[in-house]
Amino acid sequence: MTSKLFHLLEEDEEMPTMTINAIPELQLEDITLTSRLVVGTGKYPDYETMQAALEASGCSAVTVAVRRERLVDSQGRSILDFIDCDKYTILPNTAGCFSAQDAVRVARLGRDILEQLDNAGSSWVKLEVLGDKTTLLPDPVGTLEACRELVSDGFSVMCYTSDDPIMATRIRDAGATCVMPAGSPIGTGRGIANPCAIQLCIDLLKKPEHGGDPSYPVIVDAGVGTPSDVTVAMELGADGVLLNTGIAHAQDPVTMAKAMRLACDAGYYGFRSGRIPRKLHATASSPWDGTIAGE
Amino acid sequence: MITVNGEQIQKNTILLTDLLLQMNLSDQLCAVEVNKKLIPFRERDAYQLLEGDDVEIVSLVGGG
Repeated sequence: MTSKLFHLLEEDEEMPTMTINAIPELQLEDITLTSRLVVGTGKYPDYETMQAALEASGCSAVTVAVRRERLVDSQGRSILDFIDCDKYTILPNTAGCFSAQDAVRVARLGRDILEQLDNAGSSWVKLEVLGDKTTLLPDPVGTLEACRELVSDGFSVMCYTSDDPIMATRIRDAGATCVMPAGSPIGTGRGIANPCAIQLCIDLLKKPEHGGDPSYPVIVDAGVGTPSDVTVAMELGADGVLLNTGIAHAQDPVTMAKAMRLACDAGYYGFRSGRIPRKLHATASSPWDGTIAGE
Repeated sequence: MITVNGEQIQKNTILLTDLLLQMNLSDQLCAVEVNKKLIPFRERDAYQLLEGDDVEIVSLVGGG
């Protein structure tokens, strides 16, 4: 028996190595995302923690907000002192806007700042037009209006929306570069509240049999609380995930950023590996033949 | 009076670039809007603020 066991081991060693392809970059028009995670820069306890978390997340694009007055922190430091503009694409958002008009104003202000930096994100905007302060859910009418105007003004629009599949197609049709359905409301950490809705968004936007285009980017945005939430989004077929609070408000933001990165990779590979179908009845993993139990 | 980021200042007229200098913002990365209209950074030097103008000066902060 011993010699046969060794023989089997030798056979295993001679088996060809299976190769697993590296996760490809995500191309969004002129921006190349080397990571499928896009990470926000808000809510960190301090800039140093933010900087370390961004590094641990492996992201290549970060979101920022446009605000008055808080031009520097209490120590006279700007957030831009802690973001390597040669390394990260900076995506300004329109967070806090409750009308299409304000969102367009803020987008143009953000563009003006990034043009001074000569950053790749200068023609980009992460569009949010919110409906109210309690839910922070998007206002679909205002979102669509702002999206159309920004696209006509030359912006590449990454558009935050609810998980409504029909709305997702309307935003695509309005010219958005990328649709970003919410997993759950901003900052709630409730994860992918309605996986079926996200799946329908992805089907309509990406599957040719449903009028979609496989290359059209869908990035799940908002509500992510745990690494497994990121994995679920990616397993549904999303091209990426955008998150902020799930990392920034974790007890250990830097380690959580690393966990989110690994979870994103896991979901990417999981989706493309072809999961088994769900079944009602059990099927044994070990063979019935040869069992000595119950003889 | 000119309003800057919601606060009135005792000026009737001033060059935008001088206002930024007085606020120690000339070296800061920021964008400026006057009466809800963007003043591109390349046009700031020649832009004259007038009585009643409402100025917004913004920059980038952390956000999601």
